[in-house]
Amino acid sequence: MSRAVRFQNVSRRFGSVRAVDGVSLDIEPGEFFALLGPSGSGKTTCLRLIAGFEQPDEGHIEIFGETAEGVPPYRRNVNTVFQDYALFPHLTVGENVAYGLMIKGVAKAEREAKAKDALALVKLAGYETRRTAQLSGGQRQRVALARALVNGPKVLLLDEPLGALDLKLREQMQEELKSLQTSLGITFVFVTHDQGEALSMANRVAIFNDGKIVQVGTPSDVYERPTTRFVADFVGSSNVLSPEFAAAHGGTSSWTSLRPERIDVVPEGATVAADCASAKGTVSVVSYQGAVTRVTVVTDKLPLIATIPAGASLHRGERVTLVWPKSAMVAMGGGA
Amino acid sequence: MTVAAEKPRGMAGAISDVFFARPQLLTLLLLAPPLLWIGIVYVGSLFALLLQSFYSLDDFSGLVVHEFTLSTYEQLFDGSNVQIIIRTVTMAALVTIASAFIAFPIAYYAARYARGWMKALFYLAVMMPLWSSYLVKVYAWKLILAKEGVITWFAQILHLNWLLDGILALPVIGGPSLSFSYVGTFLVFVYIWLPYMILPTQAALERVPANFIEASADLGAEPGQTFRTVIFPLALPGIVAGSIFTFSLTLGDYIIPQIVGNSRLMIGQAVYTLQGTAGNIPLAAAFTVVPMVIMAFYLWMAKRMGAFDVL
Amino acid sequence: MSSDGKTKSPVGLRISATAGLLFLHLPLFFIFLYAFTTEEKSFAFPPPGLTTKWFGVAWNSRPDIWPPLYLSLQVAAIATILALIFGTLAAAALSRSKFFGRETISLLFVLPIALPGIITGIALRSAFDIMSIPFSVWTIMLGHATFCIVVVYNNAVARFRRLSGNLVEASMDLGADGFQTFRYVILPQIGTALLAGGMLAFALSFDEVIVTTFTAGQQTTLPIWMLSELIRPRQRPVTNVVAVFVFLVTLLPILAAYYLTREGEHTGGSSK
Repeated sequence: MSRAVRFQNVSRRFGSVRAVDGVSLDIEPGEFFALLGPSGSGKTTCLRLIAGFEQPDEGHIEIFGETAEGVPPYRRNVNTVFQDYALFPHLTVGENVAYGLMIKGVAKAEREAKAKDALALVKLAGYETRRTAQLSGGQRQRVALARALVNGPKVLLLDEPLGALDLKLREQMQEELKSLQTSLGITFVFVTHDQGEALSMANRVAIFNDGKIVQVGTPSDVYERPTTRFVADFVGSSNVLSPEFAAAHGGTSSWTSLRPERIDVVPEGATVAADCASAKGTVSVVSYQGAVTRVTVVTDKLPLIATIPAGASLHRGERVTLVWPKSAMVAMGGGA
Repeated sequence: MTVAAEKPRGMAGAISDVFFARPQLLTLLLLAPPLLWIGIVYVGSLFALLLQSFYSLDDFSGLVVHEFTLSTYEQLFDGSNVQIIIRTVTMAALVTIASAFIAFPIAYYAARYARGWMKALFYLAVMMPLWSSYLVKVYAWKLILAKEGVITWFAQILHLNWLLDGILALPVIGGPSLSFSYVGTFLVFVYIWLPYMILPTQAALERVPANFIEASADLGAEPGQTFRTVIFPLALPGIVAGSIFTFSLTLGDYIIPQIVGNSRLMIGQAVYTLQGTAGNIPLAAAFTVVPMVIMAFYLWMAKRMGAFDVL
Repeated sequence: MSSDGKTKSPVGLRISATAGLLFLHLPLFFIFLYAFTTEEKSFAFPPPGLTTKWFGVAWNSRPDIWPPLYLSLQVAAIATILALIFGTLAAAALSRSKFFGRETISLLFVLPIALPGIITGIALRSAFDIMSIPFSVWTIMLGHATFCIVVVYNNAVARFRRLSGNLVEASMDLGADGFQTFRYVILPQIGTALLAGGMLAFALSFDEVIVTTFTAGQQTTLPIWMLSELIRPRQRPVTNVVAVFVFLVTLLPILAAYYLTREGEHTGGSSK
């Protein structure tokens, strides 16, 4: 069984800028795959390379075992949900969804029936005759989704699919996209700069920085075992421990990541279990964040951030001990 | 398993593939016909015309001598011909200034105060005269300015004959009646080109955010100060853009001074007579170089002032 | 919202704006008025009497009006078609991609109306002369097409700019090749702009006189007929009747063009 998408050493330059720089990547069939990174990191260009809007300057791209470079977008069995949805303003919702089928020469009655089904799939049954201008942002996105899915793509590409939606809608769409992907079994590849979105939706995540992939793995991999400081910082917040500090507290002598939620704050002098490390310090910032409270504690070597359940009463200047399991310290290969 | 959608590769599909692989080729193919027409035929014609100005007319045979010479340009800077140039450029400058003054309030009102249907009305009120028939508009002024016509009648009713007669009695700009005077020519020019001044001025003013004006007032500027220091400088590129049209169109027009004006020629008329009855194509060509040079300089200045952004 | 209360315009501004607009529109009223005057030898004001007989005279007993009218319609139609083809091609090419010299080329297309008409006219005339092309209906049409291209070009280029690149990509993504994308997405999007550009080009060509006098041979278009009537008047009110007609023929396409392009392109028109 061939890979859904395979990048081998792919580069794409714009002028002197290497937007994508020697990227190799395998996406398995049926995966929900996230391309995560800050803006300008090359993730969107990768998506456009899969769609066919961009062609690689170097390297090789395969989609389900077939060479993709040189193949125009209209000859790829790949469909895209655009960031701004790109609905055709001169067509109705139904005509938008049926567009791909019309181009393929599917008879009118059949494509109308399929468009109807696709709209029902995205919970927009009965919207066929609406104009796109009458739709809300969330509805537009559903139409864009239906318009792509109705063609039965082997790979569905989503460019910042939830970026334009408000928080409530975003959470709802996350779940819907997830269940849609599971039930359809299609490979989904989506681009996002939101690490929360990537971690909650994807089976696997590729993290981009400066046109390169810095880490690929499952959400728990990249969150719990970041291999570089960039990943540790970008995926959630993390305490980055220097090699000396890590070694002095039972870790290895390398740059090490320690997630704030793994740190417990206890009164100064409390006993520490054998499999745990600890450090003394002074509370410098207490910030209430609803479900949790975020505490910055200055130890004699460096400040550490801990998130603890809300309700704990700590105040600035208080002397405390920070306690964390030694196993929570994750050595990173990539150095600083 | 195949990746490619089952899509028959017809003729159109195959051509699309070629264009997809070489987007520049498509751009080139699209551009070629219009560029051949405008770039080669039209610009070629302009150059051919320019070339003609370096030929001369043999006074005895009346034939064009196809040899390079600057003698035609010597003729151009001859007394009476320089008079024609000065006359035309002065007229163009005055028309431009007057247009700017009349256009500004209209543009300002349309940009700042007109909303909704009023805005649409203003837009149409400027667009219609801009596009409607040039000759009809000139003709309308022939009616109005005629000795027995509208203005004379109104002057009588309002007992302003003395004023009208006084204007007509003025040296140079006066004449037997308004339709045979520079005043008349000037009025018609202003009338005909005014919409060309209003539209870019309005476009520039639309770009002045209302909060600039409020900010200026907030900082203690009098309305007059706000106008001088904020509104006018921001509107200036628009006015300059408009003046490109009013100036250029006045320089080259030969119909208006022919229908409303005295017998002294402007550049356009000179070109027309020289190439027609006189058959002196070289001198006619040299005359057209004058507005071309003036406009080239003008456009260069305008570009430096950012006037092209509002065109 | 807030703007209604505080944007009361100064009286002086309102007066001068109104006066300016009156100056732009009143003169045309006299064209209409004089079409009904009983005085045919002078422009006496007020007209000594009013009559509708000149419309009948123009229609029945002035056979010299009809051939120029037909010629003008013919020229305007062909010039518009040529301008639509060339102008659309140019706009499509120049909005496709950024390339070296694009600015210069777009300036070239504006040149025929930025330069005084007399320069365009005499340049084309001498070019036709040099190429020994006899002056005919075709030289008139080519001359008109030259300056009509820019009208179509301007309209089309504005619309191409608004046509988001994503729509074209979306169409290709859904399987449409270049031609299909043009037919199903680009053309519907730019159609009204082209129609508007075509209308304006028609209006422009229909009453053009400056370039025409240079590129015409013995042919008389309606504006050339009118010009000769202005210089050597016969029945002045008949000229007015024709002027009224020309005015209306150019006005209708202008209004239609406005209607076609009003949405979005100037935001003020969209009160509701």
